[in-house]
Amino acid sequence: MKWLSDNKVEYLRVVVSNPDFTSTRYTVVKELGRGGMGVVYLAEDCELDRLVAIKVLNAHEITEERRNRMVREAQIIARLEHPGIVPVHDVGTLPDGRIFYAMKYVRGSRLDEYASQSASLRDRLRKFQAACDAVAFAHAHGVIHRDLKPQNIMIGSFGEVLVLDWGVAKILSDTDDAIEGTVIGTRNYMSPEQARGEIEQLDERADVYSLGAMLAFLLADQPKVSKAAQAICSKAMAQTKESRYSSASELSADVARLLDAEPVSAYRENAVEKVSRWVSKNRFLVLLVLAYLLMRIFFIFTTRP
Amino acid sequence: MSKPLLGIVLGAILGAFDGLTAWFTPAVRDQLGGIVVGSTIKGIIAGVAIGFFAKKFHSLSIGILFGVLVGAFLAFLVALMQGGYYLQIILPGALVGLIVGFATQKYGRTPAAAN
Repeated sequence: MKWLSDNKVEYLRVVVSNPDFTSTRYTVVKELGRGGMGVVYLAEDCELDRLVAIKVLNAHEITEERRNRMVREAQIIARLEHPGIVPVHDVGTLPDGRIFYAMKYVRGSRLDEYASQSASLRDRLRKFQAACDAVAFAHAHGVIHRDLKPQNIMIGSFGEVLVLDWGVAKILSDTDDAIEGTVIGTRNYMSPEQARGEIEQLDERADVYSLGAMLAFLLADQPKVSKAAQAICSKAMAQTKESRYSSASELSADVARLLDAEPVSAYRENAVEKVSRWVSKNRFLVLLVLAYLLMRIFFIFTTRP
Repeated sequence: MSKPLLGIVLGAILGAFDGLTAWFTPAVRDQLGGIVVGSTIKGIIAGVAIGFFAKKFHSLSIGILFGVLVGAFLAFLVALMQGGYYLQIILPGALVGLIVGFATQKYGRTPAAAN
């Protein structure tokens, strides 16, 4: 008997695991990334002549439960029609039984890459707020993401913000979601209750915690972060969910107030801070009034007999 | 506050304040009452014009320019009546117009568009 070399075995493994799209309208261009449940490919939609991203279930995970989970993921994204959520174009089954779904291919960079390109604090907060709005929309439709992190937020080439990877998302009304005790999410961004595997206890506030952790990531390398911004972060990342913002829209509203130099609900400022914020917000008006007063003082002294 | 109302309120306050500064000029101190009333009326007229202009044209730079022109023109008329102190009256008047022009465009409420 002739033994195959390791290289040949590896080659065969790759060939076998590669999805066979010959019966579909798609041609794979390259692999974009791998997740816990599937692989995402860049593919060409030959009928519409455009690029799409296709997520395919892992070859070794073709179980009924995984197939159902993948279809559910596609259905969850499809029901969330929002400019901040990547639209699903198509769902289907490959000849080997693997489920796939095609979605919009987003050109741009991930939020962590965007932040590393020395984006200003203001720009970061704007993008963060847009992500909060998309998540708030999902919450309003009874869906929680459960794996929010900078790597799952894309900044498109037009500056649009898109929340990706709804693979472990949960429809709040569903009861047969996962077994209690299972830890779902990414360690640095998951809420304490999520880390304890309290699946049944998870609600919108678990996503609020993850958004808070994302905000902390965006503020981490900033030289000058206001107390109000820090307070928003702390409130979103409170250990008990009762102490957090009750929703992503509430968090988004506080970030909007921060951007508009308005008082935020998470921080009670003193009189000096109030005046300082007002002056900073109305800098031009203050300069005009000062210029007027200086001019008046100048004329008073120069016209005296 | 609507843009015309904000223009009137600001014009009146700044006009009155502008008039009160005449107290520091001993030569005209005995006419202070008349100066304050006149200056307030001038401020209100400027405020009305600038406020309604801001309601019609939503542009910060054009609003500021209009404010400066109205403020300077009204101040010029006052200086003409005074027969002197042109620079001392026109420059602050123009700056007050600038402030009202800026404030009405920036802080005045724009009515919602009707369907």
